[in-house]
Order: sequence, then C-alpha cells, then structure tokens
Amino acid sequence: MDGFIHQIVSGIASGGIYASVALALVMIYQATHHVNFAQGEMAMFSTYIALTLIQAGVPYWAAFCITVPVSFVIGALIQRVVMEPLAKAPVLASVGVFIGLLLTFNSVAGWIFTYTLKPFPSPFGEGKPLFGGFVSRHELGSTAVTLVVLLSIWAFFRFTKLGLAMRAAAYNPVSSRLVGVPVNKMLALGWGLAASIGAIAGMMVAPVIFLDPNMMAGVLLYAFAGALLGGITNPLGAVVGGFIVGIIENLGGAYVVGTELKLTTALFIIVVVLTVKPAGLFGKTLVSRV
Amino acid sequence: MKRRSLLATAGAALASAPLSRAFAATVVGVTATEIKIGNIMPYSGPASAYGAIGRGHVAFFKRVNEQGGIAGRKINLITLDDGYAPPKTVEQARRLVEQDQVAFLFNPLGTPNNSAIQKYMNQKKVPHIFLSTGADKWGDPEHFPWTMGWQPSYRTEAQIYAKYIMKNAPNAKVAVLYQNDDFGKDYLIGLKDGFGAHYSKYVLKEFSFEVTDATIDSQAVSMQATGADTIVTAATPKFAAQMIRKVYDMSWKPLHFLTNVSASVGAVITPAGVEKAVGIITSAYAKDPTDSTWDKDAGMNEWRAFMKQYLPEADVTDGGYVFSYGACTTLVQVLKQCGDDFSRENIMKQAASLKNLVIPTLLPGVTINTSATNYHPIRQMQLSKWNGKTWELFGELIEGTGA
Amino acid sequence: MNLITSRYFPWVFLVAVAVLPLMFASDYKLFQFTMVVVYAIAVLGLNLLTGYNGQVSLGNGAFYAIGAYVTAIMMDKWDIPYWATIPFSAVICAGVGFLIGLPALRLGGMYLALTTFALAVATPQLLKYKLFDDYTGGVQGIVINKPDAPFGLPLNPDQWLYLFALTVGAILFILATNLVRGRIGRAMRAIRDQPLAAEAMGIDIAMFKTRTFALSAMFTGIAGSLGAITIQFVAPDAFGVPLSLTFFVGMVVGGGASIGGAIMGALFIQFIPNIADEISKAAPGAVYGLILIAFMFLLPGGLASLIRILKRKPA
Repeated sequence: MDGFIHQIVSGIASGGIYASVALALVMIYQATHHVNFAQGEMAMFSTYIALTLIQAGVPYWAAFCITVPVSFVIGALIQRVVMEPLAKAPVLASVGVFIGLLLTFNSVAGWIFTYTLKPFPSPFGEGKPLFGGFVSRHELGSTAVTLVVLLSIWAFFRFTKLGLAMRAAAYNPVSSRLVGVPVNKMLALGWGLAASIGAIAGMMVAPVIFLDPNMMAGVLLYAFAGALLGGITNPLGAVVGGFIVGIIENLGGAYVVGTELKLTTALFIIVVVLTVKPAGLFGKTLVSRV
Repeated sequence: MKRRSLLATAGAALASAPLSRAFAATVVGVTATEIKIGNIMPYSGPASAYGAIGRGHVAFFKRVNEQGGIAGRKINLITLDDGYAPPKTVEQARRLVEQDQVAFLFNPLGTPNNSAIQKYMNQKKVPHIFLSTGADKWGDPEHFPWTMGWQPSYRTEAQIYAKYIMKNAPNAKVAVLYQNDDFGKDYLIGLKDGFGAHYSKYVLKEFSFEVTDATIDSQAVSMQATGADTIVTAATPKFAAQMIRKVYDMSWKPLHFLTNVSASVGAVITPAGVEKAVGIITSAYAKDPTDSTWDKDAGMNEWRAFMKQYLPEADVTDGGYVFSYGACTTLVQVLKQCGDDFSRENIMKQAASLKNLVIPTLLPGVTINTSATNYHPIRQMQLSKWNGKTWELFGELIEGTGA
Repeated sequence: MNLITSRYFPWVFLVAVAVLPLMFASDYKLFQFTMVVVYAIAVLGLNLLTGYNGQVSLGNGAFYAIGAYVTAIMMDKWDIPYWATIPFSAVICAGVGFLIGLPALRLGGMYLALTTFALAVATPQLLKYKLFDDYTGGVQGIVINKPDAPFGLPLNPDQWLYLFALTVGAILFILATNLVRGRIGRAMRAIRDQPLAAEAMGIDIAMFKTRTFALSAMFTGIAGSLGAITIQFVAPDAFGVPLSLTFFVGMVVGGGASIGGAIMGALFIQFIPNIADEISKAAPGAVYGLILIAFMFLLPGGLASLIRILKRKPA
C-alpha cells in the first residue's frame, strides 16, 4: 500500500512537470492556433540563461526575474522576424519552421553551454523530503508556482481585454483586424508570453530532471499529451491533464504492463480518450469554420 | 513497352560504361606524406553530446602533425557526422572508404551505427578499429577479423559486479535498473553471464526506462518495494544522477553498483549531490578528469596540458575528451608499429599486436594487450567506491573474461 | 520550348535518372541516389496523406519501420527473396495504416498531428518489446544481405539496387500521379479544403480519409522495405522521432500537395545534412535548422512552388 501511494505521489510529481510545460503550449495555442514544437527547446534555452546568471553571482529570484522578460523578448522576436513573414504561407511551412527552430535551439545550446549535465538550484531549499519522504520541498514549491501561473493565465484570458483580443486574433484574424485588434502585435505578445511561461516551467523542471540540452525532449511529448487530454483550449484542463498523464504512466508502468511498455500504454490511453472526447476532457468542442 | 525500352537503354548504356571494378590495392589512403583516416561521430542529433570525442580526435592529430606526424607522414583525419542514424553511418562509411579512400576507419561511435557497417567493412577488408562503443561483439576476430573494439565491454563490467556480489554478499537481493537500448541490455546479459545458474536466486526483478522518459522516480519506487538490498544501475548520466538522488531521498540504503559510463564526478556525482552517492561502487578503467585523486597525476597533467593548448575553449569536465585521448594514443602506437608498411593488412596486424601498452589516461596498471585471437584491447578494470570526495580504488585489477 | 514545362519532361527525366547515374556515378553516389529514391517514396506517401488530404502526420516513420522490419524479418528468418517481401510489406502497412486511420477520423488537425507524433515516439519501444525479440532481434536489430543482380545482368549490387528501387519508385510515382489527377485526388483535396462542401456533394469522407491513411502507410512501408534492403540493417533506435520529422521536412521543403516536390524534398533531406556537416562540426544541427528555416522563409510553398512559378511564365 505504501508503494502504491508512493507511486501516485511520484506520478503527481512527474505530472507537475508535464503540467507546467503544458501551460506554455496552451498559451501559444490560444494566442496563435499553432502548437510550437520548439516550445520545449526554447524553455531549455531560457533555463540556461538563468543558470548563466546564477553562476555569475546573481541571486536566484533576481535571475528568475531577468530570465522571464528576456525569454519574452526572444519569443516575440522570433514571431516578428520568422513567423510574421510566413503569416500567409501554408500551415505546413510553419510546422517546418518549428522543426527548424527545435533543431537550432538544441544544437546551439549544446554548442554554447556544452552537453555536460548541470544541476540547477531550487529556490525552495534542499532539505529532507517532507511527509515521510514522499514529496520534496521543490516538488511542493514548483506545484505552487504552476498553480500561480495557471491562475494568471486563466485570469488573463477571462478578465482582461487584452486576453480576449488575443484569442480573437488567433481565432479569426481577418475579422479581428476589422474591429481594430492589432493582430500582429497580439501574435508577438502571445509568442512572448508562451516563451516566458516556458522559461518558468524550465526553471521549475530543471532541478528535478537536471539541465542538459535534451532536457525537454521527453517532457514535451508528455506535456502535449497532458494538454490534449485536458483540452488545449483550457489552462486548467491542461494542468489536470498533465497530472493525469503522470499518474497513469506511473501506475501503468508499475502495476499493469511493466516498464517496457509504460510510454506506449500512456499514449494509447490518451488516444482512446481523445477518440471518445476529441476536444479533451475539459476542452470546448469548436464548430469548425467553413 | 515503355519500361522494356527503358531497361534496354539502361543495359546498353551500362555495357558501354567503363566498369569501375576497383581491385583494392592493399595500400590505400597512405602516401609518402600523408595517412588518411576516417571517423564517424554524431555531431548532430540525439547523441550529439558525444561529438566532443570527435573534436578531441581532431585536436589530437593536429598536435601529432605539429610534432612531425608519424613516419614522416601527416595524419589527415576526415571526421563526418551521422546524426546517430545507422543509415547515415552506412552512407558516411561508404563515402570514406570508396570516395575519400581512407586507409581505415577509427573510432566510429555507437552500437547500432557500427553494427550497420561491420559487415561492409569486413567485406571490403578495411580496418574498423577502436570503436567508440562498449558492446561485447566487437571482439570477434573469427567472424569479423577487421573489426576491433577498444574499451572494456559493458558485459564484462556487469560480470564483475555479479561476481563481486556472489563473493561478498551471497545473500544479496538484487534489483536492476537498465536503459531500454543496446547499452542497458548488454548489462542484463553481463549479469546473466556473471550469476550464471544463480541469476534467479539473486535478481528479484529488472526495471527498464526509456531515454525519452522524464524521470525514473517510478522505477526507483518500485525497486524499493521489491525488498531488494542491492541495486545495479545501467543508465546514462542524467538518469544515473536522478537515481542516486532518488534512492537517497527515499532513505533507502542499498548496496549500489553504478555503470562506469555514468561515474563521472563532474557530470553525475556532483549534480546528484556528493553526499548522496557515498558508498556507491563502480568499476573503472580510465581516470576521471573531475576526480581530485588525479589532480597531480602525471598522465592527467599531460592530458590537461594538451587540452589547454589545443582545446582551450572545451569543457574539461567532459569525459569524452579523456576517452578520445586514450583511443588516439592507442592508434598512434599502432601506426608507429607499422614501420613503413601501411597496408591495410599490416595496420590490422599491428592493431592486433599491442603488448602492455601504457596509456596516460588509463588507471595505473591497466594496459592494452591485443593478439590475433584477442580483440578486446582493454580487459582490466578496478572496483572503486565513492567516499564522498573521490572514487577510492580497492581490490585488485580484475581481468574480464571477454566474450 | 521550355524543357521543364514540357509534358514529356517526366519521361525524359525518368530515363535520364535511370541511365546517367549508372554510367557516371560511383557506387557510393549510387547508394546515395538509391536513398534519395527511398526517401522520395516515403515523402510522397506522407504527401498523399498530409499534403493532399490534409491529415497531418508526424508519425509516418512508424510505417517506414514496419515496412523495414517486415522485409528484414522475412529475409532473415525465412530466406524469402528481397523482391518478394515488398508486396507483403505493402499489404501489412496498408492494413496498419487503415487501422490507425480509424481513430484518426475523430481527431482533427493538431490533435492528429500530436497523436501521430506520439506514435513516432512509441515506435522504437514497441520494436524492442521482448515478446518480439525472437523475430526483431531486440535492440541489436537484424543484419541482412545485399541482393545481387538477377539474370546475370552485368550490374554490380549497387547498380542493380538503384535500378530496382528506381523501378519500384517509378511505378509508385505514376500510380500516385494518376490517383491525384483523377476523381479520387479531387475528392482528397476537397476533403482537405472544404470538408462540409465535400460531404454535401456526396463524398464519403470517412472512407476517403481511412483509405488515404492506408495508401500513405503503404507507400511509406514500401520505402521502408527498400531502405532496409539498401542499408542492409534495421535497428529500433533508427526509427524514432527524428526519422518522422525528416520525412515531414522533406515534404514541406519539397512542397505540400506536389508529386515532383517529393523528389526535391528527398534530395534536401539526403544531402543538406552533409552540407551542414561540412560547414560546422560544432553545431551542424543548428546549421541544418537554419537552412530549413531560410528555405521556408524564401519558399513557403516548397520547391514545387518554384516550378509552378516557372511554369506560369510563358515559354
């Protein structure tokens, strides 16, 4: 029984990792109606920026506060320089660019920061794990951060005009432009915010799984799975989805199919759920435009 | 109709074409002034961390050339990227052998990658030597006389752990964590060899993970739940570091054997936490550049001086450069032994005639020996235990059995 | 008279690519061209699904893997000649493609993209699964023999393999061309562009979509078979996410919904990594990524759009 609870708790911990990255995916999807495959690599790159600052002697929270806006600028710049000229291009061209960005960020990070595994500090202190060794301080702290980010995104889209304009710009750029929404600015803002959320996720994930250029390769897939499972239009759904994926994966691997098919099983369950509820557990089914 | 005429045209064209059935001269890629060597590395793709080894090679032979080369010849090392994809490895190997006409292939990286070209290299009778992979199958002179490994095989290492356990902890209950790929599976095979008929008595359960997994926490929890008191971890650095930390965090104190692939102080033990790794046992054959034991070691100082001069920007905590230095030093000895006969046959013969070769980056006492029937250049390892500051060597040098 | 716009161009092109390399190219170059043919078939398979039918797949590498393994296992375990394995691999892949196409019906756009991406991630793990070890060789993979030219043709194995792959490729390209030019192709595109209107006109969307999936899987699987024969080796870790992304890159660079684009895309994915490697040993991945981004930037419609632009100009 102890083992079972421990599996669930450790599933929640991994789920928290997926959830934090899933939030960045929700952000970029809400803002652009694309899913950026390079989101994970951009988050990894931001985390290296933070680490460089910390190693240069900048205190943790100061580094945190610098990294987030810097990531925002990088994200917005990519939208301005690379994506905007492709606004009228076929969707497939955008996906091509995402793959290009993924390869570039990964390779440049390895080149600049080397591939050696780096520890990343946790702001919540090392110390002994809490609750009988089940949960580390960092897991608790980072879950809290994820919830704060979640609340902010939810409030942003729900209560601010900017959030509404952003969703409108993504949903129907032509009509939005007609009613005076500066669509390009909204897209750049969306990219920037997604990159910032990614940076926060990266800084929360890195202390757990260690920082290296391939840090996000595995995480991104599970984050996608979580976002899809919960519904990519719904930040709360994405977070819940991330946690569910973490738990399913752990319990399935430990008790049902064994570790060799853990990943496959988790993905299979998600596909089954999606075929029953194509918009995810908490997503809104949108009537597609004709 | 159209297809038939197409084939006819092709046939006619072919008959008139000069058929280049090259009869491979035994001396290829070596002139009076140059020795051309091929190498394939994953500079891009999922294993690009190992690209450091290839950059180390380039720098090493730059130094060799500045010091006058070998037998009056400069070394021309052509190193190509395969992105860790076996189809690309085949392509690059063919380019090196057929187009660039290299004398031989040195240190191509990766088990699946070398598996993909092993047959080709042996059919072409081109030396395929000192591979950058720890699979056991590279020491098979009977079937593949042109292929030779370098480092001790993963299987040998796992056998050493199994034997140690049987001797020192006969009542041990073992759980194994392995990476679900060629590297991890070789450890399982090695443990099976080592425990022999007693395997099921000792090993309670094996747990796999994928390199795409985010964490191995779930596996660690399951391992503890089996009631094991001994664990063997066959994981690459990231997962090894996670394992060390998780075991500590669970207040679990098993006897922990860790693959030497992930024994780097700088890349694994320090990130995981030096105090969390106390008591872990590994087996080593080379010196760790990040272990303070070797801070004043003459061999490592030689390596550090080389790094400082030829790779000043490089990350000296990266064990890939030490690995490269050792493999290159071995190769230089082979080429020196060739005298003035750089035929492929002689290069292979000399590679298989190394006697008690001492390499500055290998552990004291570990020497390189090969013969026509022994294609495992490094067979010795020594157990060492992490004491919180350094890896403390203990016991005798252990000679692996090879295949 | 503009050669490229001529209606005989494909035939001239085909004869030229069959004959010229045999006369002038070294065995190594022929090997590379054989791989271009293999990739072109795979990219074409993906293009039928994604470019023509609008079902975005990031997991076609899985079908390539199945094709490669079917061929390798049949050759290795049962000594079946290489050419005879191809129909089997076509049928098996079509079947698997059809089955995967069924849940795909429920998943629109990006959901499908990510689910197929998951398929690409899971492929190596499935290939390694221990119950199949006896057949797949587990993580070690399977080494197979290279076929010699039949009927005493005066060709070496590389030359023969090139001609063989080219013949299979030509048949598949002709098949695909006829398919997309006809009623089926129009239906496929209609479903992509205007699903509701297509349905209103009586097109059975579900049937078309699943069959397109099967067709795409079949093409990609045949490419996998040819690839296995050419490389003479299959191993699980060769068939992961990078492979699926490679096909996708080939498609977008060549141009979506373009038959000729598949060939140009294949040339890109075969040769640009080598160029990136020449430029930088420190970060070839970044060079490749930047070349890819630059390509998308300059030719968002792919290389095929360049030809369309050329064609539009009066000759």
